[in-house]
Amino acid sequence: MTDIQIDINEVSKWYGPFQVLNRCSTKVGKGEVVVVCGPSGSGKSTLIKCVNGLEPFTQGAITVDGISVGDPKTNLPKLRARIGMVFQHFELFPHLTVMRNLVLAQIKVLGRSSGEAHENGMRLLDRVGLRDQAEKFPGELSGGQQQRVAIARALAMDPIAMLFDEPTSALDPEMIKEVLDVMVGLARDGMTMIVVTHEMGFARQVARRVVFMDKGEIVEDAPTEEFFGSPRSERAQMFLSKILQY
Amino acid sequence: MFANFDFDVIARSLRYLFFDGMTFTLILTALATAGGIVFGTMLALMRLSGFPLLAVPATGYVNLMRSVPLVLMIFWFYFLVPYIGQWLTGAERPIQVGYFTSSLVAFTLFEAAYFCEIMRAGIQSISRGQLAAAQALGMSYPQTMGYIVLPQAFRNMLPVLLTQTIILFQDTSLVYVLSITDFLGAASKVAQRDGRLVEMYLFAAVVYFVISFAASQGVRALSHRTAIIR
Ligand SMILES: Nc1ncnc2c1ncn2[C@@H]1O[C@H](COP(=O)(O)OP(=O)(O)OP(=O)(O)O)[C@@H](O)[C@H]1O
Ligand SMILES: [Mg+2]
Repeated sequence: MTDIQIDINEVSKWYGPFQVLNRCSTKVGKGEVVVVCGPSGSGKSTLIKCVNGLEPFTQGAITVDGISVGDPKTNLPKLRARIGMVFQHFELFPHLTVMRNLVLAQIKVLGRSSGEAHENGMRLLDRVGLRDQAEKFPGELSGGQQQRVAIARALAMDPIAMLFDEPTSALDPEMIKEVLDVMVGLARDGMTMIVVTHEMGFARQVARRVVFMDKGEIVEDAPTEEFFGSPRSERAQMFLSKILQY
Repeated sequence: MFANFDFDVIARSLRYLFFDGMTFTLILTALATAGGIVFGTMLALMRLSGFPLLAVPATGYVNLMRSVPLVLMIFWFYFLVPYIGQWLTGAERPIQVGYFTSSLVAFTLFEAAYFCEIMRAGIQSISRGQLAAAQALGMSYPQTMGYIVLPQAFRNMLPVLLTQTIILFQDTSLVYVLSITDFLGAASKVAQRDGRLVEMYLFAAVVYFVISFAASQGVRALSHRTAIIR
């Protein structure tokens, strides 16, 4: 068994009387890629936002690299700085250039020198194929380019794990591949990743396991081949037959 | 009907009107705007903090300021600020601060209520996703506000802030109640001295109009430009 990097243990969360998460448990090993899928409103975003403490949870425990996220004594900003997150709508800072987006947190949060941060930023822009866009503003880039910058921004913090919340679902079809290519490269390089996505081709290619959620519960948590070959739960079967129709 | 008007009185007093009067008006406008935006932004952050201990006093302050006539504030502060100064420094007698300081304090405190509401709307216009992105990078609350939220809120609200500044520019004329030589005060003094009320007040109105109109056209052009960038 690999080292456990992210351990989600019996996590439940309520919004008032409404239960969004119901005793969710899963473990992600170092260098493992886990894909989370499930119908809209099933709690996927909520679950991964619990991992870096963007959403508080009511019961259970989450540890990242041995640090408890729910513990009030945990320095959450410090922990978050070590976990990269990529959002559906990119969330680049529109008032800053691409390069400023990449260096800001490196300098202000990690305390790196400006020179070091820029060098690192340039290296990562190169990695996502956007070296020549450094001085542009996010609004001047296509969706696919913006999402690649967002990935580079997260990587610039040298994260121990990356969380992706539907990174391609706001993109035009012709831009999805350029983003997935970057993510496949990351997975191959051994990054620990939790990816909420409905891109089943991506899941097949790089995911070790697939987690299927419905109504706040983890209904199925299986190795990738098993999940696509013979999902045990009826709900997962139905979901797969719907999204694999095309 | 202009036959017995003496427009020469304007030419004779131009230097006094602009060098003494308008300078005072513009400095008061600029400083009160800067102070009002800083204090107003603090009030907005308090109102949005979610802590009743901060939000309730800030809301109360804004409502209070918005229900008091500005003239009263100017008057009041002229008499009050010396005593506040005495209380703050523990001096033996009221500290004489002069017209300028007392009206600057009055305008700053008064305008902060309006700037607070503008900045509050600006902060609320920034999506939750931007906050989440900043926090996910490990930024603290002050960093998130200082580097991500406030610069965007300020930029989005710049036309409204400038429009409020134009209103403030006009409102500074209310310092006449303290017989201060602002632009209107200067015009009024010349008018009394030379018995040329109509000419001087007409001229003052034209000057306020021209400056305010030109400035608001400038704001319009600016908001068109930022609308395109965004
Ligand atoms: N702040 C909130 N207050 C109340 N209910 C909320 C809140 N945020 C989310 N929910 C509810 O929690 C449920 C789970 O939301 P979540 O965003 O985690 O779902 P999801 O699986 O990511 O869905 P999608 O595929 O649409 O992104 C939804 O039913 C949603 O309406
Ligand atoms: Mg979601």
